[in-house]
Amino acid sequence: MADRPSILERTWSTPVILIGILAALQLAALAVGSGPFNQTIIEIFIRVVLVVGLFVFIGNSGVISFGHIGFTCLGAYMTAWLTMLPAIKKSKLKGLPDIILNNKLAYGWGLVAAVIFAAIAAYVVGKVLMRLSGIAASIATFAVLAVIIQVYSNWDTVTGAQSSVVGIPIVRVVWPYFLCAIVVVIVAYLHQISRSGLALRAARDEATAASASGVNIPRERLIAFTISGGIMGLGGAMFAHSVGVVTPDTFYLGLTFITLSMLVVGGMNSLSGAVLGVVVLSIIIQLLRWMEKGVDIGGASFALPLGVQEIAIGVVMIVILMYRPSGLTRNRELVWPSNKLSARGKPNAPADGKTA
Amino acid sequence: MTALLQVLFDALSLGSLYALGALGIALIFGVMRLVNFAHGDYIAFCVFAMLWPSIDAAAIVFAGNLPTIILVPFILAVGAGLSVLSEIVVFRRFRNANPATMMIASFALGFVIKYFLLMLYSSRPKSIDLWSNLTQQIEFFGARIPPLQVITIVVTIVILIALTAFLKRTRFGLEMRAAAENFTMARMLGVRANRVIMLAFAVSGMLAAAIGLILVTQTGTVDINMGANLMLVAFVATVIGGLGSLPGAVLAGYLIGAATVIMQVVLPPDARPFRDAFVYGAVIAMLVWRPNGLFTSKATKQRV
Repeated sequence: MADRPSILERTWSTPVILIGILAALQLAALAVGSGPFNQTIIEIFIRVVLVVGLFVFIGNSGVISFGHIGFTCLGAYMTAWLTMLPAIKKSKLKGLPDIILNNKLAYGWGLVAAVIFAAIAAYVVGKVLMRLSGIAASIATFAVLAVIIQVYSNWDTVTGAQSSVVGIPIVRVVWPYFLCAIVVVIVAYLHQISRSGLALRAARDEATAASASGVNIPRERLIAFTISGGIMGLGGAMFAHSVGVVTPDTFYLGLTFITLSMLVVGGMNSLSGAVLGVVVLSIIIQLLRWMEKGVDIGGASFALPLGVQEIAIGVVMIVILMYRPSGLTRNRELVWPSNKLSARGKPNAPADGKTA
Repeated sequence: MTALLQVLFDALSLGSLYALGALGIALIFGVMRLVNFAHGDYIAFCVFAMLWPSIDAAAIVFAGNLPTIILVPFILAVGAGLSVLSEIVVFRRFRNANPATMMIASFALGFVIKYFLLMLYSSRPKSIDLWSNLTQQIEFFGARIPPLQVITIVVTIVILIALTAFLKRTRFGLEMRAAAENFTMARMLGVRANRVIMLAFAVSGMLAAAIGLILVTQTGTVDINMGANLMLVAFVATVIGGLGSLPGAVLAGYLIGAATVIMQVVLPPDARPFRDAFVYGAVIAMLVWRPNGLFTSKATKQRV
């Protein structure tokens, strides 16, 4: 076994390919350079961050979580609190501590704070919940989401309750989002091939055998949950800076399901699936949006009626899942063609229908 | 005493709705391990079936004008039909898929149904007057109770008794319970899979229709999102009750209803807006305490 290449040697091409895909989007944004198009690319990068964040926990542990968007909410509000102008905060969010109320940080620090805050929250929540597994864990995470959203949509003096928090500095250039997406893909990859990540994947595929071999399942899950919570917080902060407005409702079921769908459509158990799911579904959504606005075909303007876009997305998702129940990537990672042979021994063998 | 009676009725009627929803989800989970996220949209669809498609602000009542004796079976049939149709068109192809895939497929289906309604009726809530005299309150031992609450409670009890009789006394019921217990074994012993699953979907759809009728009478509005919140609570209730256990689902539905109403009364006024946060906090505590739910059915217990 000594001559077997290390896991890094065997799998490094995956993150390189994924970053290549993201770089292609970044280049497209540079080439086109129009505001709306940039915004679309930014949206895709944010979704990549969110879905990869979901993947770090869901893909590696096999436990579906409905609660991760709660951490996104925490991250978004954290950066809003830190980076808004003191004058706006004093009039709208009086309940904040004085030190936050009187200062304003650059958005980069807002992102960092969002990650730390969301990761701490995820650690605390995970400490309690990671003993659960299967559907009970899913429901418990959903309950966490409900608690977070309820608190944020009613805590008048700190979160502005249901009304939207406006005045968050907007970042319109694309590259910071691109950078964040790359960092997140690399973090997810490193976690996946780390000792903890491998142990967790083993526990996902054969819980009994893994724990008999000394894998401490709650501990490995907690590590993944904390990392993914931090990533979700980053995604929330990026979202806040991309549109400049946050409301608690943004971070509820709609976003939860669209991100989960992207993960499952792409292939829940692979990092490539997470990224590809986002890219493919986002492109379909964007095409349908354009068609809804109206396209000229042979001189005649042709527009889809309202609602058809969503119906089409739903139908596309169902059809993809019908023919590819384990996602577009079939739960495999993208690798260089020449790497295929050596990639067989990867930790990521397809595990169709084996997620508990 | 009066206040207590009021709380009791509020808790029972809210709990009844949750119990009916939980039952609808648990039935389908029992036979095919599918958590059906489209259930909430079935509820909305059944209610919209009473209206003529139009995107005007005012609702054009069409089927809703039928006499009650025809309207109720009609709406129940719509619910059952939609539910069976979704099984034939969509879920049948997912029988061997893993639970996550099925769940996302059901969510996608719900999405399609919702935006189909949006396309036909627009997203604005519309008001509709259906049996509104049932919501006028009457005095009952000093407590002010709308007759609808009493009807909700009674109807739920009748449905529960009928369903129990159906499951325990008839051949179909026996087949369904067998399928819920061990689907492969039941098939080997001659239970027809498609028939049992379609039956479960039909009953579940009818339950959704019943909820829709109660909800629309209660609120007097129709809205494409009207089933969503109830579906979520029902979903939580099925898990707390123990997935696959029908009595557990019903009991948990009533428990959550009671917890919600009691928190509303007991919490100090400052904390009342956070009521649902407390309810969901209790749900988390409950799950940590009993991860397998109140009643664990043999089929869902993990075997090593």
